[in-house]
Amino acid sequence: MTDDGQGPMMRYITLCKWMVAALLATASCSVLAGQLLVSAASSLTNAFREVAALYRVQHPGVAVALNFAASGVLLQQLDKGAPVDVLASADQHTMDLAQQRGLIGARRDFARNSLVVVVPVLVPLVNPGQPALSSLADLGQDAITRVAIGNPKIVPAGRYAHRALQAAKLDLQAKTIQTQNVRQALDYVARGEVDAGFVYRTDAALMPDKVKVAFEVLAGGTIRYPLAASKHGRNAAEAARFIDFILSPAGQAILAKHGFLEP
Amino acid sequence: MDLHSISITLGLSLKVAAWATALNLVLGVGVGFLLARGRFPGRDLLDTVLTLPMVMPPTVLGYYLLVVFGRQGALGGWLQSQFGINLIFTWQGAVIAAALVAFPLVFKPARAAFEAVDGQLEQAARVLGISECAIFFRVTLPLAWRGILAGLLLGFARAMGEFGATLMVAGSIPGQTQTLSIAIYEAVQAGQDDSANTLVWLTSLVCILVLLAAGRLAPGRIAHQHRQ
Repeated sequence: MTDDGQGPMMRYITLCKWMVAALLATASCSVLAGQLLVSAASSLTNAFREVAALYRVQHPGVAVALNFAASGVLLQQLDKGAPVDVLASADQHTMDLAQQRGLIGARRDFARNSLVVVVPVLVPLVNPGQPALSSLADLGQDAITRVAIGNPKIVPAGRYAHRALQAAKLDLQAKTIQTQNVRQALDYVARGEVDAGFVYRTDAALMPDKVKVAFEVLAGGTIRYPLAASKHGRNAAEAARFIDFILSPAGQAILAKHGFLEP
Repeated sequence: MDLHSISITLGLSLKVAAWATALNLVLGVGVGFLLARGRFPGRDLLDTVLTLPMVMPPTVLGYYLLVVFGRQGALGGWLQSQFGINLIFTWQGAVIAAALVAFPLVFKPARAAFEAVDGQLEQAARVLGISECAIFFRVTLPLAWRGILAGLLLGFARAMGEFGATLMVAGSIPGQTQTLSIAIYEAVQAGQDDSANTLVWLTSLVCILVLLAAGRLAPGRIAHQHRQ
C-alpha cells in the first residue's frame, strides 16, 4: 500500500474500508449457485431434514439448506427479500398471501395433516386434579389453567385452533399461552408447563413418552400443506427439481413415515 | 398497537426492569462486597460462575431457568407442591430472567467500587468504636455508592432490553408477560411494521433517557475511582 505521507487517521480509515470489503466479499460467497434454500413450516422439521438428506445423496453437489419457522414468519422473511428458493407452509392462507404479493410461482399441495389437542403424560403426578379431556368444551373447565396455542398471526396451527374455538364459541384467552411456532407448544406440553396444547398429529407422534393425544380437533376443513418455488430464488431449476422430489414416491414415502397423509 | 396496549407494555417492561434492579441491588451489592473483602477458597471460581450470564447465550439461560423453575424442575416442582407457586409464564418469571442476565453488570462494578474504597477510612471508623455494620452503611457504602449506581443503571438498561431468556421462561402473553422487546419481535414476525416502528422508537427513547441519567448521576467520579 502507498500510505506513505498519510496521517495515522487515513491509515485507520483504509484499514476500516478493507475490513468492510472483506466481510461483504465473504457474504456474497455464501449464497453462490449450487445452494438451495428451503423455507419450511416448523411442523415439517423432522420430515424435511430426512427428505433433504436423501436429496443430497441423490444430487451430490447441491447444498440444501433448511430454514424452519412458523409459516407466517417464513412469509415475512420472503417478503423482506430473503434469498429463499422453496417455500413450504402449513396452511393455504400463508401461501395465498405470498401469491397476492407476487412472491411465489405455481403452488402444489404435498401433504395433509390434522390438528389435535395433546396433554402431558406426566401430569397426573404433578397435577392429579386434571380431568381427562375429550372435547374442546372440556378445555373451558376451571381445572385447565394453561393452554398452549400458536400465535394465530404467524402460526397456522394457532389459526386453525382459534377457528375451531370460535366455532365452538369457547373463549380461552385468559388461559392461552401464545407460542412462536407449533413445536414450542409441543415443548411446553412435554415439559408439563401447560395443561394442554394445540399441535398437529405429526408433532404429537414425535414424543409419545411425554405427550398423549386427547382428541382430534375438527379445524373446519382439511389441513393441506402447499409448497412453491419462490421468485426471489437464485436457483429456479434446482427449486423445481426439489419440489418434484417432494411429490415423487420417494419424497412422499418419507413424509408418510413421519405421519403426513398424501395430499 | 393502540396507545392503551402500548402503555401497558411499557409499564410492564419498566416494572420488570425495576424489580430486577431491586433484586440486583440487594444481591449484587452483597456479592460484590463478599468478593471484594472475603478471603475464601474458590473466590475466583465464584466470580467466574457469577459472570457467566453475561457471556452465555440467553437461550442457554432460558433453558436453565425452564429446567430449574419448570413444573418438573427441582426448584419449580418444590415451589409448586409446597406453595402452589409457578413462575413460568408469569411476570415474576420475567423478573428472574432479567435479574439473572443483568446480575454481572451490577456485582462487577460493585466489587470494583468496594475494592477501591480506602481501607484507612474504615480503620479510622473502627478505632472510633463504630460497629462493623455501621461502618459498612456509613463509611464503605457511601464511598462505593457511585460505582454501584453506575452498575445498577447499566443493569436496569440490560433488564429492559432482555429478550431471549424472558421469551423462553415467561412466554409472550399480552398485558401479562409481553415486554417491549418481545412485543417488537412479535410485531416484526407478523409483518406489523407500524407497531414495530412505534415500539422501537419508544424503546430507543427510554434507553437514551436511562443512559443520560447514568451520565448525570456519575459525572467523572466513577472513572476516577476505578483508576486508583
